[in-house]
Amino acid sequence: MMGKDGKLVPILTVLAVILGIWYVSVVWLNAPFEYDQAKRNNIELSFGEMVTNSMSQKRPVLPAAHQVFEEIWNTTVLKNITSKRSLIYHAWITLSVTLLGFLMGSILGILLSVGIVYNRAMEKSVMPWVITSQTIPILAIAPMIIVVLNAIGFSGLLPKAFISTYLSFFPVVVGMVKGLRSPETSHLDLMRTYYSSNTQLFWKLRWPSSMPYLFTSLKVAVAASLVGAIVAELPTGAVAGLGARMLAGSYYGQTIQIWSALFVAAIVAAGLVIIVGIVHNIVLKRMGQLEEQNARGAQA
Amino acid sequence: MSDKLASATVISAKKLSLVFQTADAPVHALSEVDLEIKKGEFVSFIGPSGCGKTTFLRAIADLEQPTSGELLVNGVTPSEAREARAYGYVFQHASLFPWRTIENNIALPLEIMGYSKAEQKQRIDRTLEMVDLQDFAKKYPWQLSGGMQQRASIARSLAFDADLLLMDEPFGALDEIVRDHLNQQLLELWARTEKTICFVTHSISEAVYLSTKIVVMSPRPGRVIDIIHSTLPKQRSLDIRESDEFRDIAQRVREGLRAGQSYDG
Repeated sequence: MMGKDGKLVPILTVLAVILGIWYVSVVWLNAPFEYDQAKRNNIELSFGEMVTNSMSQKRPVLPAAHQVFEEIWNTTVLKNITSKRSLIYHAWITLSVTLLGFLMGSILGILLSVGIVYNRAMEKSVMPWVITSQTIPILAIAPMIIVVLNAIGFSGLLPKAFISTYLSFFPVVVGMVKGLRSPETSHLDLMRTYYSSNTQLFWKLRWPSSMPYLFTSLKVAVAASLVGAIVAELPTGAVAGLGARMLAGSYYGQTIQIWSALFVAAIVAAGLVIIVGIVHNIVLKRMGQLEEQNARGAQA
Repeated sequence: MSDKLASATVISAKKLSLVFQTADAPVHALSEVDLEIKKGEFVSFIGPSGCGKTTFLRAIADLEQPTSGELLVNGVTPSEAREARAYGYVFQHASLFPWRTIENNIALPLEIMGYSKAEQKQRIDRTLEMVDLQDFAKKYPWQLSGGMQQRASIARSLAFDADLLLMDEPFGALDEIVRDHLNQQLLELWARTEKTICFVTHSISEAVYLSTKIVVMSPRPGRVIDIIHSTLPKQRSLDIRESDEFRDIAQRVREGLRAGQSYDG
């Protein structure tokens, strides 16, 4: 099973190179602190000692990989999930915001794309705003959105989920506008010869044609949604969530905590993208397209 | 043969013109075309690219709008005929939906036209049998050869009750052997269903072999050069292509095409 596609060796090689660069950087970035300490205490520091010490600092400029993974292990497996110091607890907070925002963003994105495809006025009026919306730095408007929503009585998950929505609807709109317009001319002509209604045209042709575009967009959207959820936690003084963990870590110089939150966020993002990919494959299979892809892949 | 139905006019075009407005210059796709097609006829349209044969077919199907002149399908306008689902259209490429199995592709027009599930099933079975694809009902289009895909698309156009079949170079992309076979099958289908068929083609022998009437067209502007009534019997085997009669008709088609070319000079 392993290395069936010959992928394992390259992946491990890349991983080894990354770890190598990481550890060299650790020594290089943390060395000044060690020499400084030694000088202050009038101790002669050998290179070997410096290297060992640089990998076990309490607040390193760059923590070593094993420190980060030890921290992750301690704050996930060894901590009670309900504990405020459990990364699983924080990850769940962020994940729930991500999922809610992703859901709202996907629905909003699909609705907007249908409007844009079917309505010329909407195409002219909405599309420029959709694009403009993404040129505004999310960090700048996130606090305002949260504050305004809090003032009108929205608090908790929802304001943060709106930030996720803000980031995740965009790839869905762009992808689905393209997807809903993807049917071939002959397929559109065919539906016309049947005198099909607009609703039939949508559900029997445009919607199924757009599936590959939808799932490609959803993969981008779900990752963007997670970024949105983390960003939403930063300016609001949130006490829970991966973003809050990173922020708290940066206040107290807990670089190991920041990096471990970062890694967990990356793992969550990868997991979400993989789940969307699995759903995509299930849909493809139902549409009889998975084998087609495989057959084409085998020919190529 | 002598009853009134046999002579009913299915398509009638009078001084039909169609101009496409393009960026640089208007293109005269059809210029004053006069044509009458009777019920049960098999009419081929032949001519070089740009002679308007496909445009004429698309105008009948209400996929293009004539600029001037009169065009009636079953005595009504093309758009009313389309609304009444008066014709089945077979495209150059099978145009099957790749995410539907063959039977579900045939079900597509039936779903749109609101046939009951039981009726759909019965019609799918009947048309699959007509094109000899019973064993491929559950297959997806990509699992079939090009010729089989085109047969499935013909089955789809036969599934609902349209008496008129519009075929736009349906076998153009297939190899000669498959094409011969499908031509034979199509003649059998035509005899069995008594439909009126309009058939666009590039191939002289295909046109002569299939048709009761051959419309020779020429380009720029697209117009009718010659209309040939075939003297071949309705029952034809592929051997008929060796006969003198066949050769004479083919020769007349060829002359018509050449005459059309000379206008370009």
